Amino acid sequence: MQVSIAQFFQRSDYLMSLPMILLTIFALGILLIDLMLPDDWKWANAATAFVGVLFATAGLIKVQIALGEAHRQMVPAFMNSMVIDRFAIYFWYLFLAGAAVAILMSVHYMDVEREHHGEFYALILFSVVGMMCMASGWDVVLIFIGLELMAISTYVLVGFLRRDRRSNEASLKYLLLGAFSSGIFAYGLSLLYGLAGSTNLVIIRQRLAQQMAAAGDHADPVAVLALLTVATGLLFKIAAVPFHQWAPDAYEGAPTSITGFMSVAVKSAAWAMLLRILLLGLAPLHKIWVPLLVFVSIATMTAANLAALTQNNLKRLLAYSSIAHVGYMLLGLIAFGSANTPSGVDGIRGILIYLLVYTFMNLGAFAVITSLRRRDVIGDEIDDIAGLFFRAPTESVLMLVFLLSLAGIPPLAGFWGKYFIFLSLIETGHYVLASLAVLYAVFGLYYYMRIANAMLMRQALDKEPLKIGGSMAAALGVTALATLLIGIYPEPFIRAVDWSLGLSQHPAIAHLVK
Amino acid sequence: MAPVATPFFFYLLSGLALISGILVITRRNPVHSALALILTLLALAGIYLMLYAPFVAGVQIILYAGGIMVLFLFVIMLVNVGRAEKERQFNKQWLLAIAATVGLGIVFVRVFTSSQTLTELLKRPLAQLPETSNTQQVGFSLYGQYMLAFEIASLLLLVAIVGAVVMAKKRI
Repeated sequence: MQVSIAQFFQRSDYLMSLPMILLTIFALGILLIDLMLPDDWKWANAATAFVGVLFATAGLIKVQIALGEAHRQMVPAFMNSMVIDRFAIYFWYLFLAGAAVAILMSVHYMDVEREHHGEFYALILFSVVGMMCMASGWDVVLIFIGLELMAISTYVLVGFLRRDRRSNEASLKYLLLGAFSSGIFAYGLSLLYGLAGSTNLVIIRQRLAQQMAAAGDHADPVAVLALLTVATGLLFKIAAVPFHQWAPDAYEGAPTSITGFMSVAVKSAAWAMLLRILLLGLAPLHKIWVPLLVFVSIATMTAANLAALTQNNLKRLLAYSSIAHVGYMLLGLIAFGSANTPSGVDGIRGILIYLLVYTFMNLGAFAVITSLRRRDVIGDEIDDIAGLFFRAPTESVLMLVFLLSLAGIPPLAGFWGKYFIFLSLIETGHYVLASLAVLYAVFGLYYYMRIANAMLMRQALDKEPLKIGGSMAAALGVTALATLLIGIYPEPFIRAVDWSLGLSQHPAIAHLVK
Repeated sequence: MAPVATPFFFYLLSGLALISGILVITRRNPVHSALALILTLLALAGIYLMLYAPFVAGVQIILYAGGIMVLFLFVIMLVNVGRAEKERQFNKQWLLAIAATVGLGIVFVRVFTSSQTLTELLKRPLAQLPETSNTQQVGFSLYGQYMLAFEIASLLLLVAIVGAVVMAKKRI
């Protein structure tokens, strides 16, 4: 049989995957160049990785322009296994921003840990490639492979401090639980394939809808089983209660810059995957997953906020706080899934804005914690941040900004994330959930203020002034600027989110997704 | 061609797979477990053949019964077999684990038997499968629909290798 390549692939496929290709090339380059670098030149790997991220951003801008010029909402690529739409582009920008800041944060820190190797940066870039597959996957096989690429890179990054027992333990725990959850997730995907006869999310959605219509609007038990197992995998990846136990341990043991990276980029990728699968593939089953998510989000907010109150380790505290933020974001999904009115779209908008502001404010907070690390100080206990104001006034003010933003205080970015989520809840009539969320936000204020209190009111246990390197200053500057800017002047960012939702999976425009 | 996919062969092969599977977890000597595992894998390969999937069956034998088994045996040779034989084989939770497994099994059986969609799918006439070009079909879907996933899988393997070296080597 004569088959030509042209019948399988088009030139646009390669343009659309340009950012992924660039990142891969740079990551491979780092692996090779690292062999030739002397020990005190390892920062050059970070520079290469950073330039790689810049190139990928340029490639992404090119993709975005091409999409605009073609007047297309979306371009399926690689025989419909991947789709480039605005939703994917939005998330790709988020991943690149998270990776860039994480690289800036790592340079000095990995030097102090004496584990400055090129593989570190290569793995960060590879994990971003995996995230891109997750955010733009149309085919569950691609989504799954992307997920594993990201997860395996992250397992190694978590355990990168090989001489540190905590880091090893965290990596092993994360690996075992992650592999287990991936297994459950894959089982659910295989059931979906069995029901739909295709691995494409669009076709899965069609078939599920047909089968439900044939059975008189009743979901088939096998479909429910598939939904439950897939949801288990997805909720594990975003670290929602009851699948959150890995997060505090992994966050605590990982190198601090990687903790920051995991809590924003890895989490956004998991969210992108969750939104794609629940809103696209499993949309016909929304009557089942909405009550499920109500339970999960209440449990998540309760457990995480209560556990965060008593933490003395900064990384563990921020781990619980990041779990709590997942609880708030799930509320947005509930508002969208339970409402058949267009007002529900505010929920999804809230999630996307939340992920954007969360990327910057959380990375900023982790950047401050990363800078506390010195040769003889681990610097991740609350005691270590005590009296920071007297040692490094600028940094402590920035930390205060990040903490207030995380708590959702008005003039800062974090407010807008919570605002849209709560607004969507009230618009769709979930008054009880909205008031619960506000109550828990007050809890959040308490534990964030505990850090601020230690920082501003207590005496410094250790008087040595902090040394901030150039790259760390850049990381702090970018995150603080973004947190303030989004907070004070949110319109362009909200417009960017609306642009990215121009297609998305809103039912009113779902017919575009053939 | 006379059908080989008779119920007799199905029950024979699945019985073989089940019995040897149980042997894998109950034998004290890890070498015996590994040998029983080979039998399980071969029985599964037979079931794949009955499903007219010769390529998958071949891969199953070459990769699993061949390559991965050799790896297992290497690992077994590296660990101390004598001490492993004296260790407790199951931890204290085994009763609870059996109860949970049986409960989950009942749920699964009930779900699969009560599903209308599934019974309808099973009633459908089977599509005529091309018997000869199975491998070709696998190739087409691997390099067609799943090409990107296939390429990304190569990155996945690279990351796994780099990760293993980073974690295991004292000096990089």
